[in-house]
Amino acid sequence: MDGKADKGRRDFLILTGYTMGAAGLAGLAVPFIDSLNPAADTQALATTEVNLGLLQPGQAITAMWRGKPVFIRHRTSEEIEQARTVELKGLPDPEADEARFKDNPQFLVVLGVCTHLGCVPLGQKPTDNKGDFGGWFCPCHGSHYDISGRIRKGPAPKNLTIPPYEIKDKLLKIG
Amino acid sequence: MANVKKSSTLSKDSNRIAKWIDYRLPILSFLKAEAVDYPTPRNLNYWWNFGSLAGITLVIMILTGIWLAMHYTPHTAHAFESVERIMRDVNYGWLLRYIHMNGASMFFIVVYVHMFRGLFYGSYKKPRELLWIFGVLILLLMMATAFMGYVLPWGQMSFWGATVITNLFSAIPLVGDSIVTLLWGGFSVDNPTLNRFFALHYLFPFLIVGLVFLHLVALHTHGSNNPTGVEAKKPSDKIPFHPYYTVKDILGLVIFLTIWGAFVFFAPNFFGEPDNYIPADPLVTPPHIVPEWYFLPFYAILRSIPDKLGGVVLMFSAVFVMFIIPWLDTSPVRSGRYRPLYKIAYVFFLVACVALGWAGAQEAEGVPLLVSRLATAYYFAFFLILMPVLGFIEKPLPVPESLQESKRKKGAGR
Repeated sequence: MDGKADKGRRDFLILTGYTMGAAGLAGLAVPFIDSLNPAADTQALATTEVNLGLLQPGQAITAMWRGKPVFIRHRTSEEIEQARTVELKGLPDPEADEARFKDNPQFLVVLGVCTHLGCVPLGQKPTDNKGDFGGWFCPCHGSHYDISGRIRKGPAPKNLTIPPYEIKDKLLKIG
Repeated sequence: MANVKKSSTLSKDSNRIAKWIDYRLPILSFLKAEAVDYPTPRNLNYWWNFGSLAGITLVIMILTGIWLAMHYTPHTAHAFESVERIMRDVNYGWLLRYIHMNGASMFFIVVYVHMFRGLFYGSYKKPRELLWIFGVLILLLMMATAFMGYVLPWGQMSFWGATVITNLFSAIPLVGDSIVTLLWGGFSVDNPTLNRFFALHYLFPFLIVGLVFLHLVALHTHGSNNPTGVEAKKPSDKIPFHPYYTVKDILGLVIFLTIWGAFVFFAPNFFGEPDNYIPADPLVTPPHIVPEWYFLPFYAILRSIPDKLGGVVLMFSAVFVMFIIPWLDTSPVRSGRYRPLYKIAYVFFLVACVALGWAGAQEAEGVPLLVSRLATAYYFAFFLILMPVLGFIEKPLPVPESLQESKRKKGAGR
């Protein structure tokens, strides 16, 4: 037998073997890793419904959606006016107040999760510290949000997230 | 490991990082000595595959088990539902569970074959007595682990299996009932029982890993037995483990995984009981209660005795007798290959085990009861009478001088 040809063939077989083995192990890893992702029942979009009929201007309530708090604030016309006159230049995450609503600008709906490291900001209760801009104040690392849920001061990089929602006849459906 | 000689070092052309590590922690040269260069008898047949298969099965069981535990809830109110959630909602949860569930059966198949191989070729004989004893300990722990694992889904068979097996201990005179209450953590199989079974089901596999390590240290101290039962004398009687036996083991592994996969994907509930898909009900016992197949022979021994304590004692003895096999066998010849009478006794022993397995699945009356009584009698007679006596009355066939000689003879005979 030709020694050289034999060596080439052997290398080919070994490399093919290793490659197939690696591919097999990688394939086997998929179910293990994917099983750690949200399961189907967790994935199934849970929707939360909130009746806004009793929410007076200036009042706020907190709903729960996908395990997270959702801040719902009935804004007064002065607050809306105030939110819309803010100079966007110089905001950490510039976004016009109008852009944060489809309709019903009196009802602000944002996730109550600080975009810094996930704490729940204060400001829902009348007695809470609402921060320097009359919205919310995160006690963990001192982020201030305004009445539009925009970050104004502090370490948070983004405005409070707006979840998918719609409002029909004073009924809010989140998710 | 005082006995392990540092017979191999890393080759000169191995890379610098490997050398750096090995100089400080000689793990690489240890692995090379024990898993690559390890001198192995040149004549091992395919029955020697089952040790490595058992090791790999243990790893697969631990991995799938840890992943299942991430989704399982050990509480009587949630256990059944959490298992169903694994089956329906968790991504690939069905796959993990079916691998684990069928893996238990695969594990026992492999280990039973492994043990029957040792029994035939005399692998338990001097100087491998401890190697065998560690093996029997592993079997005992496996049985406990499998039993407790079967309780976790909290189906009807889980609950009633747990009830029946724990009640075995009530046969112990005087303290039996107190022991059962202690095992349950209450006055019936209930939430405390489920909780501790889960904790122990998670723990035991790691104890098995420890025992497997000792099993391997003992194995590598005197090396593998081989089909002739003759100790390798010359260096030419042995070949390096890699590539010869790695390749042979991988071929066996591929076939084994194919069979396992066939069950997982095409008949995942083949070994299971439909009743275990009914949530546990402490008020209703299923009409026909059977243990998993791997316990059937022992279950048949239990039921062959018309006395509660006697049956329990005999069943446990059926396992414990294995511990003293090395001292029951009096034959000067190790391998069954050269023992004409032992060969016959061994075949009947296989038949008795299968018969016990069959009888264990039937109602304990009529023909199955008779069969289980005869087979139980033979089971114990094989160990306690035939093994010691055959060593004296049997005239063994001529044993080859060396492993190479046995190969040549076999070749010439063809």
